Amino acid sequence: MTGKLVEAIGVARHYRVGRGRILRALDGVDLVIDRGETLGLVGESGSGKSTLGRTLVGLQMPSRGSVIFEGQDTATRERAVLRLLRRKRQLVFQDPSGALNPRMTIGATLAEHLRVQGWGRQAVRERIPEILEQAGLPSAFAGRYPHEISGGQRQRAVIARAISTDPDFIVADEPVSALDVSTRAQIINLLRGLQRTRGLSMLLISHDLSVVAHTCTRVAVMYLGRIVELVPREILFAAPRHPYTAALLSAIPVPDPPRERMRRRLILKGETPDPSSVPSGCRFHPRCPMATEICARIDPEMKRLAPGHSAACHHSDEVPALMSKMQ
Amino acid sequence: MSLLEVRDLAVAFGRTRAVDGISFTLSEGETLGLVGESGCGKSTTALALMRLLHGAELHGSAIFGDCELLRLGETAMRAIRGAQMGMIFQDPGTALHPLIRVGDQVSEVMRAHLGISGEEARARSLELFRKVGIAAPEQRLRAYPHELSGGMCQRVMIAAAIACSPRLLIADEPTTALDVTVQAQILELIRAISRDARMAVILITHDLGVVAGLTDRVAVMYAGRIVEVATTDRLFAAPGHPYSRGLLGSLPKLDSGWNEELPTIPGSIETAAGAGGCRFAPRCPLASEICRNEPPLMAIGEGRFAACWKAS
Amino acid sequence: MSDILLTEVAGVAPRGRAHILRRFLHHKLAVLGVVVIALLGVAAAGATWLAPYDPDYIEIGQRYAPPLSDGRLLGADDLGRDVQSRLMFAGRISLSVGIAAMLVTLIVGFAVGAFAAYLGGFIDVALMRLTDVMLCFPSVFLLLFVAAFVTPTLTSIALMIGLTCWMEIARIVHAQILSLKSADFIAAAQLAGAPAWRIVLRQILPNTLAPLLVAATLNTANAILLESYISFLGYGIQPPQASWGNMLTNAQSDFQVDAWLAVFPGLAITLAVASFNFIGDGLRDALDPRVSHNER
Repeated sequence: MTGKLVEAIGVARHYRVGRGRILRALDGVDLVIDRGETLGLVGESGSGKSTLGRTLVGLQMPSRGSVIFEGQDTATRERAVLRLLRRKRQLVFQDPSGALNPRMTIGATLAEHLRVQGWGRQAVRERIPEILEQAGLPSAFAGRYPHEISGGQRQRAVIARAISTDPDFIVADEPVSALDVSTRAQIINLLRGLQRTRGLSMLLISHDLSVVAHTCTRVAVMYLGRIVELVPREILFAAPRHPYTAALLSAIPVPDPPRERMRRRLILKGETPDPSSVPSGCRFHPRCPMATEICARIDPEMKRLAPGHSAACHHSDEVPALMSKMQ
Repeated sequence: MSLLEVRDLAVAFGRTRAVDGISFTLSEGETLGLVGESGCGKSTTALALMRLLHGAELHGSAIFGDCELLRLGETAMRAIRGAQMGMIFQDPGTALHPLIRVGDQVSEVMRAHLGISGEEARARSLELFRKVGIAAPEQRLRAYPHELSGGMCQRVMIAAAIACSPRLLIADEPTTALDVTVQAQILELIRAISRDARMAVILITHDLGVVAGLTDRVAVMYAGRIVEVATTDRLFAAPGHPYSRGLLGSLPKLDSGWNEELPTIPGSIETAAGAGGCRFAPRCPLASEICRNEPPLMAIGEGRFAACWKAS
Repeated sequence: MSDILLTEVAGVAPRGRAHILRRFLHHKLAVLGVVVIALLGVAAAGATWLAPYDPDYIEIGQRYAPPLSDGRLLGADDLGRDVQSRLMFAGRISLSVGIAAMLVTLIVGFAVGAFAAYLGGFIDVALMRLTDVMLCFPSVFLLLFVAAFVTPTLTSIALMIGLTCWMEIARIVHAQILSLKSADFIAAAQLAGAPAWRIVLRQILPNTLAPLLVAATLNTANAILLESYISFLGYGIQPPQASWGNMLTNAQSDFQVDAWLAVFPGLAITLAVASFNFIGDGLRDALDPRVSHNER
């Protein structure tokens, strides 16, 4: 069972923000996620990574372009198809406290989720202990309210809800960034285990490259509504080909003091611009250490550099030299 | 010579003790990391030292230079706060006053503490803005906080905190609200400032990566206690306390161990023990009978202390 | 500057039912309110058995009997009817109008506020402007205007009061839902394909209960007051059936002869309204952790 599961073709999501200004949260994203694959999506705030995740699970519709799931265009009105699509695509949220209704017990939340999708009472009753166990929670937790359990347990409950309908595809949007450091590893292990035992496809969104690097086979780097580099995990650290990826790698603090002190960092100028005023040409050029005149004029296309590796940069050949200066 | 000496500091809100008897020292110009998870008492410690906690009972002592911080009157404390001790917060957006121009906020600190004229304060603010790397400082002086980005606000906060050349800067999660590339900028700035001005820094964070590059020594906190103190290199090379070991072990590594099961610390911080005994014992892989007695911070090597019976 | 730097170090208030109850019990006036309402309620509900006399039985010989005479605790009115019995039966009417009207305000207010906020767009604008327009009229005038065309019965009065007082509830619900709408658990429900009505009833309603409960108690007080108003002015409950309002009307003409007749229904209204208001205040303090810091 391999091959494409989810495909985004030219997906854009625009918002009107008054006086004719348009906020381009997503500005033409092409992406393929294979069956059983875990794809990492990294980027900073305003890069559109959450919007992309929500669009891929169908919580938002693209303003332009389309999302194809199992060869089926998701922009359909057929009820049966929509119902199937809902069952097969699920989302794990960043903040588990906000993702659970504070006035409902964990069991009620799970039951409501299944009931809405047409499950019978009896089936729901049998299903709840089963999925709680798979998410690593004792079945007695069905009777607890979210505020009565810890952050990590809440995130397990959110994961339980996401897997309750046996989905094929899960988007995990910053699943550990709201959690305590000591519980993060537990949740990463849980997601990874579920992904492996169920053959799930997963899009793991994170601003933390180390989390993504630990779990994913391929990584997509987003900047201002575009994917700027798509790279296999092994190559990501050794030979990135987009200067933004290089800068991200350089900016991450490593828990290794001697190395950390020795490092020469590539520190970017300024901050990510507002997505309602995307720079001309290459959107990264105002902050790019390698920008030349062409970068301000021409928006670079995604170029295929090797199997599974592509980058959108006019000067992608010079990035290795930049990297070697940083070591 | 130590700049700050904290002894058995405890902070109680009613019956709950957020900080329960911690001791540490800080030398002139040294950078100390205070690491722990949410609720471990690291921010409370900072606020207690700055005397910014209202309705809390403070016990123990904290000697800064020749002042006992915990017993200082409000007026005397106000003179020290901002002048000799500066502080920056996690969320720069809410720590700045929203209706006052940022330049005036920085000038105000200097006028209050240094007794200089408005004219001179403005000139110095401009200089400070340059120093903390704010582009187009003349215009930015007149901006309101909402007109600046998060990273820029944090730079303003830093400018205000170092305006009177304090001897100690307390940075409470200074980069948690910022993007990674901006975090790198801010950390570099703090590093440069503390080095140039020989300013001591207490860096409070949950991010072990941030600690690694910036600090000389680290104190690890768990459930209101310091469980380990060591030089940064030693802590990362050979953590002594099982909690520190667990934390470091559970971090996903950038370039190794792909797709392997991460080592975890079982349970969560809420699983702290009740009365008596080591607080980490319920989650500890090494726990045994002796852990029913609360371990004190013991020397386990040169300049290394851990509160664990089994550390050595 | 250091003072500007002061950030709020709010302790996380432990929540839970026991905690809310404890805070409510802390509010002495609210507890008193509950006791008074309970007593009034028992007296009104059990009037049939507890009242010493038939409230409509006329005994000419007892006209203007003063309180504590002839075994009449509160005396008799201009027709020699027992005031205590009449007050108890009137309480039935007044309290039921108050509670029924409150229920109407809740249902209408919730429906308007919830659907305006949840559906958004044109519907939102239209419904909320309607709410604003309704708020512009003083409800007493609105009520009197409608009352002039409608035959007064218990049901019609409760409906009338309810239909002119739902705006505050609508606004509360509207604001609450706007803030809840972007919560992730709502997104999760949408993702599961739950229809709008189900999301509003299952996910949103339980989260707006706290402020609604407060508004509901305050609305009950208001409704009792309004019922007394219109009954006093003669558009409400019609004699011989007693309500606290129309007992006052009768007493007004006899004020010089027997002032007691005005005191007792007046007192009943005051007690009921004040008690509901106290309960409302108590609930607000108990349910809203932000207020608790100023607790005396």
